[in-house]
Amino acid sequence: MSRDVVVTGIGLVSCAGEGIEAHLAAFASQEAPRTDADSFAPYPVHPVAPLTLDAQIPKKSDQRQMEPWQRLGVYAAGLALDSAGVKNDPAFKAALQLVVAAGGGERDYAVDGAILSGLRNAADPGAFLNERLLNDLRPTLFLAQLSNLLAGNISIVHGVTGASRTFMGEESCGVDALRIAHARVASGQIDTIMVGSSYNAERPDVMVVHEMGGFLDKPVYRPVFERGEENGGFVLGSAAAFLVLETAEHASARGARALARLMPVANDRMARKPGSVSASLARLIGEAGIGQPDVVLSGATGLADLAAEELAGIRAALPGAGIRATGDIIGHPMEVTAPFGAALGAALCAAGSAREVAVTSVGHRRGEGVIRVLAA
Amino acid sequence: MPDTRSSSTHDTQGRPLVAVTGLGIVTSLGQGVAENWNALTAGRSGIRAIRRFPTEGLRTRIAGTVDFLDTDPLVAPLLSERFATVAADEAVAQAGIGSAFPGALFVAVPPVEMEWPQREALAEAAGSNDGEITYSDLQRSAASRRFDAWHDLFIFGTVADRLADRFGTRGSPISLSTACSSGATAIQLGVEAIRRGEMEAALCIGTDGSVNPESLIRFSLLSALSTQNDPPDGASKPFSKNRDGFVMGEGAAAIVLESAASARARGAAILGYVLGCGEKGDGFHRTRSSPDGAPVIAAMRAALADAGLTPEAIDHVNAHGTSTPENDKMEALGCSAVFGDRVGQLPISSNKSMIGHTLTAAGAIEAVISLLTIRNGRIPPTINYAIPDPALLLDVVDRTRDMRVSRVLSNSFGFGGQNTCLVLGDEP
Repeated sequence: MSRDVVVTGIGLVSCAGEGIEAHLAAFASQEAPRTDADSFAPYPVHPVAPLTLDAQIPKKSDQRQMEPWQRLGVYAAGLALDSAGVKNDPAFKAALQLVVAAGGGERDYAVDGAILSGLRNAADPGAFLNERLLNDLRPTLFLAQLSNLLAGNISIVHGVTGASRTFMGEESCGVDALRIAHARVASGQIDTIMVGSSYNAERPDVMVVHEMGGFLDKPVYRPVFERGEENGGFVLGSAAAFLVLETAEHASARGARALARLMPVANDRMARKPGSVSASLARLIGEAGIGQPDVVLSGATGLADLAAEELAGIRAALPGAGIRATGDIIGHPMEVTAPFGAALGAALCAAGSAREVAVTSVGHRRGEGVIRVLAA
Repeated sequence: MPDTRSSSTHDTQGRPLVAVTGLGIVTSLGQGVAENWNALTAGRSGIRAIRRFPTEGLRTRIAGTVDFLDTDPLVAPLLSERFATVAADEAVAQAGIGSAFPGALFVAVPPVEMEWPQREALAEAAGSNDGEITYSDLQRSAASRRFDAWHDLFIFGTVADRLADRFGTRGSPISLSTACSSGATAIQLGVEAIRRGEMEAALCIGTDGSVNPESLIRFSLLSALSTQNDPPDGASKPFSKNRDGFVMGEGAAAIVLESAASARARGAAILGYVLGCGEKGDGFHRTRSSPDGAPVIAAMRAALADAGLTPEAIDHVNAHGTSTPENDKMEALGCSAVFGDRVGQLPISSNKSMIGHTLTAAGAIEAVISLLTIRNGRIPPTINYAIPDPALLLDVVDRTRDMRVSRVLSNSFGFGGQNTCLVLGDEP
């Protein structure tokens, strides 16, 4: 059995703003994305636009129990439910499944700093660490750090309680989330699912992890495909993207508008060697059945060598296709990259700006993926 | 028994039957199926005083650590990878499926974070001997290029990537978390992929090597852990009246799933079947279940329905049974609702009484033990069941019980409203 899968809801937040219109406008604009080069200098980031949290997370107690990455995601999930017209449909939400692509949550930076400072002169470092952690960690911080607690918070705040699964693993888990979500609906295992991801770039710990290995571009934003010097790197962006997927039949039975069609996702993980990314992408473009896309939305991270291979692969498989880096719209939001590309592609189709959109993702360490979005 | 018959290759719903052809396990009780099975059926505990790091000042100083395997540096992602490798080596060898695994990898791994020894090393390398250390110092050290190897160590996709390389699995490996039901979800993802016809085999792993100071303290701060440190082997006492929390455990389990058609075609020994998977989310609270137990009940019923079975077909429940006051009460309530009066005669047991709560790995480890229970006709006990909780009307297996077991319901419940149940069986 293979059933048509349509996108009926889209929720987006990023430095470009919130919602479909803001992101279509950002796509249409040639301006550089909003960037903050000071707060985390020497690392520029694309900070999320100010959000009115109450609009999607009505209870202050819920807001307090989440850290920024969770609030972003819960907010965008709420927008997607609104967009699908199901926010006030408890039965729909009780059956709605979730696949979330996520990393981990924020730390308490002041506590970490104080502990590291104290450890330098502690007579008994082990006992000191135990004592400080026991006394200084907020008990609820753990729940803001656990990867699966974005999904948990979406369940609590929005009543989406079908069941959730959280995939981890940087860029490629965002592609996997779309692939599995699509496959489960298309095969008849389930009828409805929400898939998406959330990433907070405005936190110093992720910059430590990605500075190790030299993956961050600095000190200012440059367009993604113009980062040849010293192999470039990424400029992290805070963003969240969610899509509501259902069978075409299910959508039409409830009178919902299909914004776009999502086709089977093609992805793989090739051992990286010169030329492997180009070859993998070119093959996956074929496997995904990309025809004549009006635009290719590239999730290129900003690492110049990988970007060059990605462009070569796309051009080999799709000569003449227009390519736009989503990093030039919202920065690099890690796990969110592919869901954002798919959501923006669906929005372009829904607006009548495209009949077919190809979304590409090449992870900074592993994983290549291609997503095909068609007008409904 | 179902009134519609399964064939030897497809279930009653016409889907490919999912057979198990390889099992692997490592826990605090030992490495491999034989060692673990002997210890489990002897009622031996793997819980002991933590020796891996200083426990001075901690309320909980015990865990089911795997002390006979280590890594350098000793950090959760590397330990988790090591345990997973050991378990998968065993499972893949038993399956005799070859060195390039003919299917995808689904691996439940604990969330990854940089750990304190690495933070300290970065702080030290920053060289500021006075003044407060901040993350800017750590960033500056990271930029020295001396620590570049740690990037891969502390990102989320690395464990699965290395496992995929080692076992030659196909496609994009999936790393997942559904908290304490993760291991069961890994199996569910494999079952679903085979049923969709995407692959003939799947390597499903749950692994957890995260007994370190901060992980222990985080659970401690949520009052989730037993503080009855002495004697360590008496602390985990699921379904007992005096239970006071779980004990952290470590380990991994791997299961080779294969379409029954493929297993038969290559003449592989079939060790059992995954007959059904069920799940249900809970939006009640971040750490507590809905008071009416509805999601837990729904997950169990969904697994039964997916298997095409009625509750009467279940011979034994491999409980989530964490030994927390809340979990065991809710699980008993759920079982009572699903099984009715029969719950008092339905043997239920919690492996966590001996190996602790292996968290991300638990669902996979307990699925392996469920399959061993079926194969051996022997139910491992819930040790430390000295003072039964009179409010729980369960038939808790307090000493090893020999009986024919054809079908097991294995429960897994986790923080964030995660409920996943599996039905495992000897025959379709």
